[in-house]
Amino acid sequence: MVKSDFGYNSKVEGEVIVTRADAVVNWVRSHSVWPMPMGLACCAIELMGAGGSRFDISRFGMEVMRFSPRQADCMIVAGTVTYKMAEVVRRIYDQMAEPKWVVAMGACASTGGMYRSYATLQGVDNIVPVDIYISGCPPRPEALLDGMMLLQEKIRQEGGSLKRTFRGRTVETKIVR
Amino acid sequence: MEAAVLTDRFPRTQVLASKDMPTYQIAAEDLVAAVRFLRDAQGFDLLADLCGIDWKDRTPRFGVVLHLLSTTHKEYVRLHVAAVDDAVPSVSSVHPGANWHEREAFDMFGIRFEGHPDPRRILMWDAYPYHPLRKEFPLAGIEVPLPAADVAEVTGQGVEPAPMMGGPFVSPGGKMSQAEPSALDQSWNEQKPKA
Repeated sequence: MVKSDFGYNSKVEGEVIVTRADAVVNWVRSHSVWPMPMGLACCAIELMGAGGSRFDISRFGMEVMRFSPRQADCMIVAGTVTYKMAEVVRRIYDQMAEPKWVVAMGACASTGGMYRSYATLQGVDNIVPVDIYISGCPPRPEALLDGMMLLQEKIRQEGGSLKRTFRGRTVETKIVR
Repeated sequence: MEAAVLTDRFPRTQVLASKDMPTYQIAAEDLVAAVRFLRDAQGFDLLADLCGIDWKDRTPRFGVVLHLLSTTHKEYVRLHVAAVDDAVPSVSSVHPGANWHEREAFDMFGIRFEGHPDPRRILMWDAYPYHPLRKEFPLAGIEVPLPAADVAEVTGQGVEPAPMMGGPFVSPGGKMSQAEPSALDQSWNEQKPKA
């Protein structure tokens, strides 16, 4: 939790902590980001590496990979999104419950990467709003963890609504609490 | 296997020049019988590869190449079949593994495989109107609608030509060529070994 979110002094306030509802909700959300592993290419291998004991994504409360979009909070698009697969990616994103976030892992998901071809979508941000882009081809697990920590920071700073830019315009999602 | 074994049994067969393995031009009508003969009588029991070729200026324009391996005699043979009216008989009744290879050749070149049990595209989506590995097809692609109409409506995204020159490329200085992306450094390659 961000330090300024707390006004806590044990000598003055005893066992009472004063804070804002946003801060508590965001604190909870940022430490249980359940990923939807959208593994489409070699980035998914690094995603699995991040899930293993050496890098241990469970340190951040993200080890609960949910293969059902209904139970997931954050879609990690790990790999090359082809035009044929774009439909599936968008449909799974639509099936995820709000609040939801998207991480574009690696060059292909971010921009199409080296696949300048007839078959490849040039960046998954063309079909879903992306919160965090991670560079690398593929990124090492550390880079993924760094991106996920950035996402945690972003979640902590969210107010009463989620604002994202998608295809040049701002998309706002009201969060019902 | 001696060349005469095949040319005696299938007189329309021609021997083609090849640097690596015995290569034969098979008539399309003989193909299934020849592959079956090679499998049952000559021991070529494994279909290692089946792919299409766009010869561009030749008539007939398309061809199909099969690589057959004998796991007992440890030898390969290559068969080339010219596609008559863009069609070639399917060998998936002899080698079931040819099924997906033939679907790929159909998808990429538009070669029809007569008698194929499931002649659908395999890589591109069913409604895709082009055959991308044909010589005239640009690498960047051609604009068509996204396969799912509802997703296209929500996102405003279509299948667009990939950026080739206007894209976010990084050039090490100097003029960029107008050609499609390829390796610029040809100081060593397959023909010219590294010093």
